[in-house]
Amino acid sequence: MSSADWKNYEPVLIPNVKDIHKIDVYIKNGGYSALKSVLTDKKKWADSKSVVDEVKAANIRGRGGAGFNAGLKWSFMPPADGGPRYLACNGDESEPGTFKDRKIFEYNPHVFIEGALIAAYAMQITAIYVYIRGEYLAYIKMMEKAIQDAYDKGMIGKNIFGSDYSVDFHVTYGAGAYICGEETSMLESLEGKRGYPRVKPPFPAQKGLWGRPTTINNIETLAHVPSVINRGASWFSSIGAENHPGPILYGISGHVNRPGVYELPSGIPILDLINDVAGGMKNGKKLKAVIPGGSSTPVLRADQLEGITMDSESLRTAGTMLGTAGMVVMDEDTDMVDMLWRITHFYHHESCGQCTPCREGTGWLEKIMLKIKNGNGEVKDLDLLLDITTQMEGRTICALADAAAWPVRHTITRFRDEFEARCKKSAHAVV
Amino acid sequence: MEYEFTKEDLKEIEKIKAKYPEVMPATLPVLWVAQNRFGHVEPEVQRLVAKTLGLPEAHVHGVATFYTQYYKEKKGKYVLDVCTCLSCQLCGGYDILEHLEKTLGIKKGETTQDGKFTLNEVECLGACGYAPMLQITNDKYINNLTVEKTDKLIDMLKKDEEPEYEEIEMPLRKVK
Ligand SMILES: Cc1cc2nc3c(=O)[nH]c(=O)nc-3n(C[C@H](O)[C@H](O)[C@H](O)COP(=O)(O)O)c2cc1C
Ligand code: SF4
Repeated sequence: MSSADWKNYEPVLIPNVKDIHKIDVYIKNGGYSALKSVLTDKKKWADSKSVVDEVKAANIRGRGGAGFNAGLKWSFMPPADGGPRYLACNGDESEPGTFKDRKIFEYNPHVFIEGALIAAYAMQITAIYVYIRGEYLAYIKMMEKAIQDAYDKGMIGKNIFGSDYSVDFHVTYGAGAYICGEETSMLESLEGKRGYPRVKPPFPAQKGLWGRPTTINNIETLAHVPSVINRGASWFSSIGAENHPGPILYGISGHVNRPGVYELPSGIPILDLINDVAGGMKNGKKLKAVIPGGSSTPVLRADQLEGITMDSESLRTAGTMLGTAGMVVMDEDTDMVDMLWRITHFYHHESCGQCTPCREGTGWLEKIMLKIKNGNGEVKDLDLLLDITTQMEGRTICALADAAAWPVRHTITRFRDEFEARCKKSAHAVV
Repeated sequence: MEYEFTKEDLKEIEKIKAKYPEVMPATLPVLWVAQNRFGHVEPEVQRLVAKTLGLPEAHVHGVATFYTQYYKEKKGKYVLDVCTCLSCQLCGGYDILEHLEKTLGIKKGETTQDGKFTLNEVECLGACGYAPMLQITNDKYINNLTVEKTDKLIDMLKKDEEPEYEEIEMPLRKVK
């Protein structure tokens, strides 16, 4: 299905089926048949590696933000040696503008559980942990129930579907820390520590949880797996944009009439998402700017949006990224200085403090932005901000520093007039 | 005050420990058990957690202070966490926060004198499509806030009436 044909797309992650969150309803609608197939249909799935290959061919690009091919990531796991191996499912979902994984927890938890089980079999995992942000208490409880139900039905546990494959599945959760969404920070948190990201290498596939091989995937990434198994890699990769295929959960928020989470093919024109899917701008206001995929992805001006589609390639040409596809829409009344100051506050608050460029840099960004917001900034402060972003980028243990730097750099460059108008002009030379 | 876990708590703690190959991973969940029991994890409670798990106090303290949802001091009966981050900011999160400051007669970060309400400004809670919103004491999300809805909520909480879990309408699934 091409992106242009999105109006005829039938959702698979959040389908129009009443009570699909209940395991019986899920099974009645074909649920767990993909898991059964990979475990019992030896003609179709000769071994676990054949599952990895199929998922690799589908090119499910990680929905947690980095967009890495899931099957390829799975193939990095070293051969099984009889010891424990882990799958850690990332349900930390804390990037401002992102609220999609909770839709899966709430409406269709079993599609994620089934996907995680298939992934676990494919990599010969011995235990699965799903890490959910602590604030999602309602969804944590829903997941605990869904996993218990799947245990009771024999979908999790010993000798699933009579095969020789056994695995455990545990729910764990955080207690308030954005950084725990970064994969190695999540591992530290799962191990019961402060969420300090780890230096890589070693990568989690070599040394992850408790020093054992571990793969980390986002909730939505795993939820796509059952349909890849049922319908084939070619079905998945023929949907939407070629370089970033498949359905995507778009989270649309901000100044639109119908904010929410929508499952549609990748590669939809941004303007269609705003004007058709999300019902257009609220109160008939004019569109001013869009953040396409969570607070760290660079903002685009309304005049940059013509012809731009929601996939990595198109967004890169436009000078931004797909990120989590959590799109934030801003109308003509939005104060970009205020908006950016709040983002700098967020990253300063969430920096774990291990690396100097991030700990100090995020603080400076916020401090200078506050000064500008309060009308005490000078034009040279804008260049100072840009300079700090270059000092931060690529110099830290994890990508939080980059995530903090990008919005500052691009919001200032793309809305320079608005920022200068808030700054005092000075006749003194800048030294 | 002497803090002690109940028998049920200790049973739950054993269940938690069984999920992991080591004891340390139980730190976060057991801090949650403690906070649910005592309403906070002040240093005395942190010590109890350390003792119960046989872990160093410094470790438990380090964890408790890293995560924002653990209350390192006593809070009001209802903790109102108002999101003002990005989408909530754009949709009026600060208006709700200021309205609550006025209504409750406290500033953010403070607790009312009768110990009923604590008001906080928090970072993104992952409810961006239902902004502005707040969370009550690490539990229920109250979405799509207006001044009227906020006032009604405060009236309810003053009478100790619990608001319902708000299910979000499924978005339009087929756009035709
Ligand atoms: C600061 C930071 C925060 C992150 N937060 C999340 C998150 O909340 N959820 C998530 O799935 N990935 C998050 N990521 C990305 C993860 O590190 C990781 O790439 C991802 O979970 C891998 O899964 P995927 O390949 O299926 O996308 C974050 C990364 C960084 C640097
Ligand atoms: S970049 Fe920032 S958040 Fe990441 S490890 Fe370094 S200090 Fe911590």
